[in-house]
Amino acid sequence: MELNENIAGNPPFPGIIHETPGGGIVVSTFDNVINWARSNSLWPLSFATSCCGIEMMSTASAKYDFSRFGFEVARASPRQADVIIIAGTIVNKMAPVLKRLYDQMADPKYVIAMGACAISGGPFFYNTYSVVKGADHIIPVDVYIPGCPPRPEALLHSLIALQEKIKMGMTRDQIRSEFKQ
Amino acid sequence: MTNEEIKTYITAHTPEATFDETGEWLTILVESNHLKPLAAVLRGQPMQLDFLFCLTCVDYKTHLTMVYHLTASSNRNINIVLKANVNNADPIIETVSDLWRTAEFLEREVFEMFGVDFLHHPDLRRLILEEDFNGFPLRKDFEDPINMIKL
Repeated sequence: MELNENIAGNPPFPGIIHETPGGGIVVSTFDNVINWARSNSLWPLSFATSCCGIEMMSTASAKYDFSRFGFEVARASPRQADVIIIAGTIVNKMAPVLKRLYDQMADPKYVIAMGACAISGGPFFYNTYSVVKGADHIIPVDVYIPGCPPRPEALLHSLIALQEKIKMGMTRDQIRSEFKQ
Repeated sequence: MTNEEIKTYITAHTPEATFDETGEWLTILVESNHLKPLAAVLRGQPMQLDFLFCLTCVDYKTHLTMVYHLTASSNRNINIVLKANVNNADPIIETVSDLWRTAEFLEREVFEMFGVDFLHHPDLRRLILEEDFNGFPLRKDFEDPINMIKL
């Protein structure tokens, strides 16, 4: 138990064990259990607009395999997806499509901005007529992951960071106000 | 056919054509109104340049130049670059989409990016840009103060 608590990114089941003769009872709250369950079953939307998508596919396939952390299967429908990984440049023509995909996802939904293009428009294409300078101009982003493109390890790190964020159990606004103080 | 033979053959058809052999491939420069008849000649016997592998436009600020790269699927050793100048205030040129079907989409791209008007094109509308886009983004004088920093 103590060892488990020290491993960052792998917190134990939320709650405390109430010892009773012949075993024990786990005492917890519904919110904590729901957040714990949610964080371990995040299905990403198969959405990629450029080269970051190749790294995302690598992360999804056998060598890195993000199913190990609960990102089971990439869904082709936004109605079945919980998290959208924006992997690549968003152009002005793509922006309304991305917004619609996000709106079609069922709550609770999360967004990861993967790579320089999704964060700020990118290292190459930012000074053009067609590129959106950061996906957060269109939809709210939970986790930013820098790189061009980020390595699969970095994407896994961001996915685990998202899990920890969900396990904290606060809304986006609550987190924002907490970090202001 | 050697370059000399090609030049003789083309000069017999279009005496005004000028040639440039400084590049990798033979370049033929013609007036924009002579382009379509010459393209039809190159497409037919005996050269049979049936493969238009690139169609684009270059903005030289004083004028625009349409560039057509041609080769033959039966003989890939022949490569010819066909160029025609058009003025940049009101660029109009005859379409080649009836000779090479691939030109249909390529000309639509040049139409939206450079504003070149292709006469007798079957379906001249935008290919990539949004419907409400203003201006021709690949022209040198294109400005977009909202999205672009002037370098």
